[in-house]
Amino acid sequence: MATETKEIRPEELQNILATDCGSTTTKAILIEKEGDEYRLKVRGEAPTTVEAPAEDVTRGVLNAVGEVEELTHRTMLKGDGILKPKQNGDGVDIYMSTSSAGGGLQMMVAGVVKSMTGESAQRAALGAGAIVMDILASNDGRLPHQQIERIRHLRPDMILLSGGIDGGTTTHVAELAEIIAAADPKPRLGQGYKLPVIYAGNKEAAEMITQILGDKVELFVVDNIRPVLERENLGPAREKIHELFMEHVMQQAPGYAKLMSWTDVPIMPTPGAVGLTIQTIAEQQGIDVVGVDIGGATTDVFSVFSGIFNRTVSANLGMSYSVSNVMAEAGLDNVMRWVPVDMDELDLRNRIKNKMIRPTTIPQMMDELIIEQAMAREALRLAFVQHKAFAVGLKGIQQERTISDTFDQKGTGETLVDMMSLKLLVGSGGVLSHAPRRNQAAMLLVDSFLPEGFTHLAVDSIFMMPQLGVLSTVHPSAAAEVFERDCLIHLGTCIAPVGTIKPGKTMLTLDIELPTGSQHLEMKLGELKLLPLGVGEQAKVTARPARGLDLGAGKGQEMEEVVQGGVVGVVIDTRGRNPFVLPVEAKERVPKLLEWIEALDAYPMSAFSAIK
Amino acid sequence: MAHAYTPGLRVADLTTVQKERRLPLPGDVLVSVGDVVEATQVVAKTELPGNVESVNVANRLGVPPEDVPHAMLKKEGDSVEKGEIIAQSKSFFGLFKSSCMATVKGTIENISSVTGQVLLREPPLPVQVAAYVDGVVTEVMPREGVVVETPASFIQGIFGIGGEVNDQLTMVSSSPDQILDAGDLNESHQGKIVVGGSLVTAQAIKRAVQLGVTGIISGGLNDKDLKEFLGYDLGVAITGNEDKGITVVVTEGFGEIGMAGGTFELLKRCEGKQCSMNGATQIRAGVIRPEVVIPRKDRAVAAEGGDSTEMGNMAIGSPVRAIRQPYFGKIGTVSALPPELRKVESETLVRVLEITFEDDSKAIIPRANVELIEH
Repeated sequence: MATETKEIRPEELQNILATDCGSTTTKAILIEKEGDEYRLKVRGEAPTTVEAPAEDVTRGVLNAVGEVEELTHRTMLKGDGILKPKQNGDGVDIYMSTSSAGGGLQMMVAGVVKSMTGESAQRAALGAGAIVMDILASNDGRLPHQQIERIRHLRPDMILLSGGIDGGTTTHVAELAEIIAAADPKPRLGQGYKLPVIYAGNKEAAEMITQILGDKVELFVVDNIRPVLERENLGPAREKIHELFMEHVMQQAPGYAKLMSWTDVPIMPTPGAVGLTIQTIAEQQGIDVVGVDIGGATTDVFSVFSGIFNRTVSANLGMSYSVSNVMAEAGLDNVMRWVPVDMDELDLRNRIKNKMIRPTTIPQMMDELIIEQAMAREALRLAFVQHKAFAVGLKGIQQERTISDTFDQKGTGETLVDMMSLKLLVGSGGVLSHAPRRNQAAMLLVDSFLPEGFTHLAVDSIFMMPQLGVLSTVHPSAAAEVFERDCLIHLGTCIAPVGTIKPGKTMLTLDIELPTGSQHLEMKLGELKLLPLGVGEQAKVTARPARGLDLGAGKGQEMEEVVQGGVVGVVIDTRGRNPFVLPVEAKERVPKLLEWIEALDAYPMSAFSAIK
Repeated sequence: MAHAYTPGLRVADLTTVQKERRLPLPGDVLVSVGDVVEATQVVAKTELPGNVESVNVANRLGVPPEDVPHAMLKKEGDSVEKGEIIAQSKSFFGLFKSSCMATVKGTIENISSVTGQVLLREPPLPVQVAAYVDGVVTEVMPREGVVVETPASFIQGIFGIGGEVNDQLTMVSSSPDQILDAGDLNESHQGKIVVGGSLVTAQAIKRAVQLGVTGIISGGLNDKDLKEFLGYDLGVAITGNEDKGITVVVTEGFGEIGMAGGTFELLKRCEGKQCSMNGATQIRAGVIRPEVVIPRKDRAVAAEGGDSTEMGNMAIGSPVRAIRQPYFGKIGTVSALPPELRKVESETLVRVLEITFEDDSKAIIPRANVELIEH
C-alpha cells in the first residue's frame, strides 16, 4: 500500500508534525507558523520500537508525539493515530516522516564498467539514501560464481541494475542479469516476496532483461541512468528507489503499513531527506555546501558543488560502534597527533575497544573527551577523503578543449570538491552537535575539513535536517526558514589562505571592522586566532595574503569580504593549506597544539597541567 | 527523560532459556515437540543450492552466442560429470569439431543465446542445525526449525570470538582477580571450557588452541592480545565466524578487569557440568552478545525468580559497575539519583548518579557510564 500524496496547499499549513524514526531514537518536531514565518515549536523523542517486544514502529512515534503533546499542552493524538486535520486548536494540519530504522535501505548496484555505469548506479542509490552494500560490474575482477555468492550472502533490499549507454552494449548487461537470476536473491525482509530489481540501463536491452529476470524477481524498468556517456540521468532511478522503499521495503518492517497510512507525504529514507535539505539550501542561496553527519556507526557526507549533489556513506567510520575501526583505518599515530599528551598504547587501545562494546558511554574526564574528539577528527577526515574520491565528474567522456586549456588540462573524473568555492560547512551528529564547547565543534570542523578561503561554519542543533528534507518536498520555503532560524547554530567564519610560507614570515595581513572596533592583524605561519563576532553580526574584512598564497581571488591578491559571526566568532587559520602543517615531532607539535587550543579556547588550559 | 534505563548484561542463576534453531533455507525438521535433545544432536537439515560455474561456450567453440543452444549436447536440467562434453560445434563436413567440457560436476542451470554462457550448478551443499543446548523441543516451525528449551544458568558476555561450542566446564583460576596465563593450562583441559579470572593473555589463548581447549571464559582481554591472536585489528564488533579453533567469551571488557563476583561464583557452582557457549557478538542495531548457557535439568525454574539483571530501571541501592574511566570496572551501589543535569569534568552536561563504592568512597558519574549488575 503506497501513501498517496493528497493535495496539499502549502500556504494553508499552520502546524506541521514531522518524525524521524532512527535506528535507536524516534524524534518528533512540531513546526508552527508564527506571523509570517515558520518556527520550530517543540521536539520530543522516544526509543524506536521496531524490535521486540513492541515490534511496531508506530509505538515509538506515538511516544515521541506524546512528548510533544506534553510540552505544548495540546492534543495531537487521537486513539491510536495522529489527530488531523486540526480540530478546535488540537491536532495538526499535516504529518510526515523519515525513517532509517531496521538498518535503513540496503542496496546492491550493478553496472557494466565499474568506474562508469557502476559509479552512476552507486550515485543514484546513495543519493536516494541507500547504503550500497556492493557494486557488481563485468570488470570487477570477480568470477561469476563469486558474484553470485556475494548477492546471496548480502541479501539486499533491492538491486539497481544499469549498464550500457542507449544503443550500446547489450551482452554485458544481459550477463549481469543472468548472474542476478542465477543467484535467485531473496529480500532481507519479508519472506515470500520477490526481490525488487530496477533496470536503468541501455533501453535496447530492456526486453532481454525482462526475459532473463522477469520470472525470478519483481522487475521495474526505468530510463537509463547513463543514456549517453557525457550525461547522467539519475532522477528516474532515484524516484523508483524511493517508491520501492515505501512499497516493498518499509511495507515489510513492523508497523510501517500503519505509519504509511498516517503520513500525508511518502516516507523518505533519512539520509535521502538530509540530502534534500542540503540541496535546497545550496539552491536557494546559490552556494556550494558540504554537510556531514557523524553517527555512532557511520558518517554521511553530502555536498553540492556547481549544482551537482553527491552523497557518500562511510559505513564503518563512526564514534561508537565503529570507533575501533577509525583507529584501525587512521592508525594510532594519526589519532594521537591531535592529542597534546602522552598515552600508553595498551591502555588507549583498551579504552577505544571498551567504547566500541559499550557505545552509549560518555567521556567524563577531559582527557577522554580530547581523545574522543581526536578520533572524530580522523573519522571526519577519512570520510571526507572518501567523499572527494567519489564526488567526481563523469569518467571516460570526451572533453572539448579550447586553446585556453592548453596549460591547464584536467583529466576526466576529477573531484568536484573545491574547498575554495565552499561557502557553508554544516556538521551534525553527537560529537559535533553536543560538544561541551561550541569552539570544539568549530575546531573539529576546521581541523578535519581544512576549509580554504572564507567558509561559514555551522552545526545542526538537534538533527532535524531529515524532517526538514521531507518538508521541503511540500513546502520548501517553510523548510528553509526553520533550517536557517532553528536548525542551524552558526559557529562563525573560518578564514584560511591556501599555500605555505617560510616559518616566521607573515602569511596574512588582515583588517577587520568588528562591532567592538577595527583590528589590524599580521598572522605568521602556524598561527590560529579567534576574533569575537556574535550571531547575526557582520564584519568587513580586508585581507592581503603574502605572495604565492591565495584566499580565493588569486595568488597574492587582496580580498574584501563581509563575514558572518556566530557563537564562536571568526577563526583565522594560517596553519597552511596544501600542505597543512602539523609538526611530526612531539616536542614541536605539543606546544603548537596547546597554543591553538588556547587561541580557540577549545579546552580549559587548567586541564592540561592535570593531564600532564 | 521519563525512563532511566541502563544497559546491563544478564546473569541468571536459573532461568528458562529458549533457543530458536532455524535453517537458512526451508528444509526438514527431524524432531517433534516434546523430544528430549542433546546439544550436538541434529534437529533440522536442508540443502543449500550449489555454487554456480559459468562456461563461455560461445568462446570455446568459436561460434556466435545465438548458435550456442544448437551446439549443446545437454539441455537445461541435465546432470553432467566433470570433464563431460556438453557442447560441440558442427563443423565443415564433420571435420575439425571443437567441443566444450563441463568444468564441474552438477546440472545445466541455464543456456544463454544472448551471452553464449552456460551456467553449471554444482550439487547442493548439505546444512545441518544442531540443538546447541541440552533440552526439550517446545515448538516446531515446519520446514524452518525448532525451539529448544531448558532450565539453565545463563551468563551474557560483553564480547566474544568464535561460534557455538559445547563441552564440560572447568575452573582454572581460583579467584575472579587471577590472570589466566599459558602456564595455567595443561593436557587435562583438552575438550573443556575453561574459566579464568581478570584477564586471559594471548599466550594462554594460543596454548589453549594447541591443547585442544574448546572455549575460554574470562573477565578481561587486552585488545593488543586480541589483535595478536586474530592477526588483524578488529574494526567493527561483528564476530562469531572466526575460525581460530576456539571460542572466547569476555564477561567484563577490554583490559585487566576482575570478573564480577557473582558471575565467577555461578560458574564455580556449575563446574563439571555440560556448557554451551557462543562468542558471536554484534554491536549494532539488533545487538547480539556472547553467551554461556549451562543447562540445569535438575532444577525447575520458579516463575523466573532467579533472574537478576537485564535492561532495567535504576534505583537507589541498585548494584552497578562503572564502565568508563576514571572508575572503569569498579563496583558499587547507587546512593543518589539527582534529577538535574550536572557538568562533569569534561564539561559535558549530563544526567548523573552518585555511586558508593565497596570501600565506602563516593563519586558522581554520568548515568550512561554504569551498568546494572547482579545482586
